[in-house]
Amino acid sequence: MNRVRSWIKSLLLVELFQGMGLTLKMFFMPKSTILYPEEQTPKSPRYRGLHAQRRYANGEERCIACKLCEAVCPALAITIDSETREDGTRRTTRYDIDLFKCIYCGFCEEACPVDAIVETSITDFHFEQRGEQIMTKEKLLAIGDRYEAQIAGDRAADARYR
Amino acid sequence: MAGIFHSLVVYWTALPPAWQLVLKSVAGIIVIMVPLIVAVGFMTLAERKVIGYMQGRLGPNRVGMHGTFQWLADVLKLVLKEVVLPTRANTFLFLIAPIISIGTAFAAWAVVPFDNGMLLSNINAGLLYILALTSFGVYGIILSGWASNSKYAFLGAMRSAAQMVAYEIAMGFALVGVLMASRSLNLNQIVLGQSGNIWHWYLWPLLPLFLIYFISGVAETNRAPFDVAEGESEIVAGFHVEYSGTAFASFFLAEYANMILVSALASTMFLGGWLSPFQGLGDSFITHSSIAWFAIKTAFFLYCFLWFRATFPRYRYDQIMRLGWKVFIPITIIWLMVEGVLILYRVGPWFA
Repeated sequence: MNRVRSWIKSLLLVELFQGMGLTLKMFFMPKSTILYPEEQTPKSPRYRGLHAQRRYANGEERCIACKLCEAVCPALAITIDSETREDGTRRTTRYDIDLFKCIYCGFCEEACPVDAIVETSITDFHFEQRGEQIMTKEKLLAIGDRYEAQIAGDRAADARYR
Repeated sequence: MAGIFHSLVVYWTALPPAWQLVLKSVAGIIVIMVPLIVAVGFMTLAERKVIGYMQGRLGPNRVGMHGTFQWLADVLKLVLKEVVLPTRANTFLFLIAPIISIGTAFAAWAVVPFDNGMLLSNINAGLLYILALTSFGVYGIILSGWASNSKYAFLGAMRSAAQMVAYEIAMGFALVGVLMASRSLNLNQIVLGQSGNIWHWYLWPLLPLFLIYFISGVAETNRAPFDVAEGESEIVAGFHVEYSGTAFASFFLAEYANMILVSALASTMFLGGWLSPFQGLGDSFITHSSIAWFAIKTAFFLYCFLWFRATFPRYRYDQIMRLGWKVFIPITIIWLMVEGVLILYRVGPWFA
């Protein structure tokens, strides 16, 4: 009896029509596509994207060349040289991050005692020539200056958990 | 302007009748071919759009408004590409195979009626002509597979050829059912035989044959779920692996033209072609029969092709053969007998 029923069912294409009903329903459902350059997925304030160096409100750079980030970096992407300035404070003369070596783990940001090096939520960046992937101190500071509002906002949003 | 028109008329009447016939036929061919090729273009776009929509995506939407000109971009890309000739391929057969494919796919349109009497050649053996030409399309596939000198192309060609031959029989039997009902091979006559109202369509007495015809049509055109002719993991693209550029585009065009042909024939033979479904229900613009109804019915079947592709997983090869030989052919034969009895006792509005 069961065999007869399944035979009739397959002959009348019952399950095939059920499947077509499902796809027809999907046809009219709202689509989940995100039109990328115009729309973007929401990002966490903890997002680890392009690096930046921050400054204090008086314009003084935060980095004190403690080299903790260089020490913690698992990919050995950070290279730092430092000097003692005339006012007796220690600053970097060179702060390079090789973005090809960087694995965007965020350890440098965690290690930094003065919140100088940070990872912003910028995801869209590219290099056109060999060598451009080395982020020098000037480039990092420029990014920091440009996106300070966003960086500070992300840090403030996540402050409770830091 | 009127002067130019007048002189054109003078030239026309001065032409010998044979030339007039040739020119008229060429004009008719162009009038059918150009919209057909444009329809194929939009079909490729519709395919990506519809399948995308059914999978919760949007499909191409960048070129033109909502991707309207995506197909033009695709055509341009294909035309600008190089046609690679494999070193040890049989060049003559290699190049003639796509021409056979596309030629048969387009030539069959000569007898398809778009409206009452609106067809290129109103021949008596229209149905026979279509069967002959669709069978001839197999040669394009076999030749391309053999001439490519590639084992994948050859295997793909063997698969499609076996599949097409198997389903040709079921399809032919389904058409015999239409033939019995209409007592004519002329497609125009077949449509006129269905006039009256929606219940006069051959869809109702021939429902199993209709389903078998359409499913066989899907298998004939090697479309999903019967697309074993191409399997990325086993035989790459099937019979047209070695083709590129315009040669590949011809196969592509032929496949889609065949899809449109199968849809057009299904609407002609089972759904009353250009006849309005509201025929006989008062007098308004929707009850009038016109080419628009033909286009709507054809478009519905084309949508079904895409719908099937988005819904069903593909058949295994032995299942395809089983379905063709052991399910479809017995059902068609049984239904032909049932139809014979219906005709004998003059049942319903169809055989009265």
